[in-house]
Amino acid sequence: MQAGAERIRCSLPIVLTVQEVKRENDLMVTLLFPVPDPGEAGERGLDLAAFVPGQFFMVWLPRFDEKPYALSHLDAECLAITVQRRGPFSARLCELKAGAKVGLRGPFGRGFGDIERHGASRRVALIGGGCGTAVLAPLAERMSRATLVQGANSANFLIYLDRFPNQVVFTDDGSAGRKGYPTEWLKEQAAAGGLDMVYTCGPEVMAEAVVSICRQAGIGCQVAMERYMKCGIGVCGQCECDGRLVCKDGPCFSGEELAVMPSFGRVRRDKSGRRFEITIAVRCPSAPVPPDAKG
Amino acid sequence: MTKQRPHKPDISVNLCGMALRNPIIMASGILGVSRELLVRVAECGAGAATIKSVSPEPREGHRNPTVIAYEAGMLNAVGYSNAGVEEASREFHDVGELPIPIIASAIGHEADEFAEVAAKLMPCGFAALEIPLSCPHTPGYGVLAGHSTPEATERITRAVRAATERPIFVKLSPSIPAIGELALAALEGGADGISAVNSLGPGMIIDVEAREPVLDFKVGGVSGPALRPIAVRCVYDVATALRKADVEAPIIGIGGVTNGRDALEMIMAGATAVGVGTAVYSRGIEVFGKIADELQALCGRLGIASLAEVRGAVLD
Repeated sequence: MQAGAERIRCSLPIVLTVQEVKRENDLMVTLLFPVPDPGEAGERGLDLAAFVPGQFFMVWLPRFDEKPYALSHLDAECLAITVQRRGPFSARLCELKAGAKVGLRGPFGRGFGDIERHGASRRVALIGGGCGTAVLAPLAERMSRATLVQGANSANFLIYLDRFPNQVVFTDDGSAGRKGYPTEWLKEQAAAGGLDMVYTCGPEVMAEAVVSICRQAGIGCQVAMERYMKCGIGVCGQCECDGRLVCKDGPCFSGEELAVMPSFGRVRRDKSGRRFEITIAVRCPSAPVPPDAKG
Repeated sequence: MTKQRPHKPDISVNLCGMALRNPIIMASGILGVSRELLVRVAECGAGAATIKSVSPEPREGHRNPTVIAYEAGMLNAVGYSNAGVEEASREFHDVGELPIPIIASAIGHEADEFAEVAAKLMPCGFAALEIPLSCPHTPGYGVLAGHSTPEATERITRAVRAATERPIFVKLSPSIPAIGELALAALEGGADGISAVNSLGPGMIIDVEAREPVLDFKVGGVSGPALRPIAVRCVYDVATALRKADVEAPIIGIGGVTNGRDALEMIMAGATAVGVGTAVYSRGIEVFGKIADELQALCGRLGIASLAEVRGAVLD
């Protein structure tokens, strides 16, 4: 092949029909879809066989909008996304009934790394905050011995309690599990030398604390990051963070990479590209969020 | 006796006084939203880079989907989302210190808005300014605002000329058949060079299951390999028009360039430098240096010692 003759890979949506809607809690639903025919999906650039946990899909509601979501489940027959009600788009997703049509493009970005290396290990933790737990779910499906540590504001915002038995639960208000934050568990484990690797996704203030604890303890760490996305395929620059394209270079970054990304935990961009400081309102998953940060 | 090493072809170019190590320029609309990304594009080998267009006020742009790829290229209706000139001036405050020349891009509804943005942006240290009068998918701008007539092109260029002494490039639409006239109007208004071309169309892609166009704005500009032969012809037409009018002005050839051979094709059509955008999708952000290397190797194989030797080679 001539140099530079790489073919353009389509990134067109494939429209799937919602097969089942599962209510997870007061704020969140899981939408289940049948896995599409690989040939037809492949023509549009959708290759589920290549999916790596941590990668995302652009979810399209025609005549409304398109936003990035991680898969929260994938097997031979079925794929799922778990949605938390935050803004107009997620509210509409949460209202969908079986039979509704949704477009999907992807998978995009770089997923979590070293999954095979740590796949059979007990010395791995998956630390999720709020709807970030959904991003870790496909990882938990592949790493059955890892401990899932889930944090939420209160008992009625928890998810997947029956799905993953090897699980530690924290709530901010103590209404279920331990009162406090998953980072407390991480500090205990780090002190006891019980972990080699941590995968995390959740409010950036939590993810930042996880990275910091892991760095001090010499534990490997990877974070799935969230930024406002438009193209999803690494060309528009909308999701840029310290020179990295979150949609292409990420959304999963290692602790080492994040160490040289000063905007991590600090700065986001809105829909126009204006920078704004990450405030506690955005850091806290079910608190009111500024209009631009809503999904 | 020392062995004579084969001489490496010279692919550096002088573009209106800007010394480019190679003619590969990151086109506007791609990646150019932050200083850090410009640094990275420089590290990836670009000869120069153009920022994403800046308007007087912040713009959110069109709703998603805004960019989709299909088998022959890309369709986009981003809608000029940008943080506005105040924030852009902070973001790019020291671009003059970056290792490659950075080209600003200013947009507005009317000539005075173009000039206002230019006046606020250029003190950052931009090496040149591009004004796109050719966007096919944003109401109030470009083709949809009537900026693509010779009169409007000359009027807007003249207003911007009064706002900066740096080189001005006017970016033209491939959808206007008399593109040569537009180029001459831009130069008449005081432009130093021509960027040819913006994305084509607009075009539409429909999802047959959803029974809806995929882009939320329904239509978008066509770019990538599908645009390339049209872009090459446009560069040829502009170069021919300039030659006939006995005017000398450099052309930045933009449209579907993906590899070194495509770049050389643009140069033979009359381009001095070559813009690259959609190929960032097909080949990654490293594409700029890859194309430059391929261009140099290809020139070596074809016995071309410098790009000036073949610039406009196909012109009559």
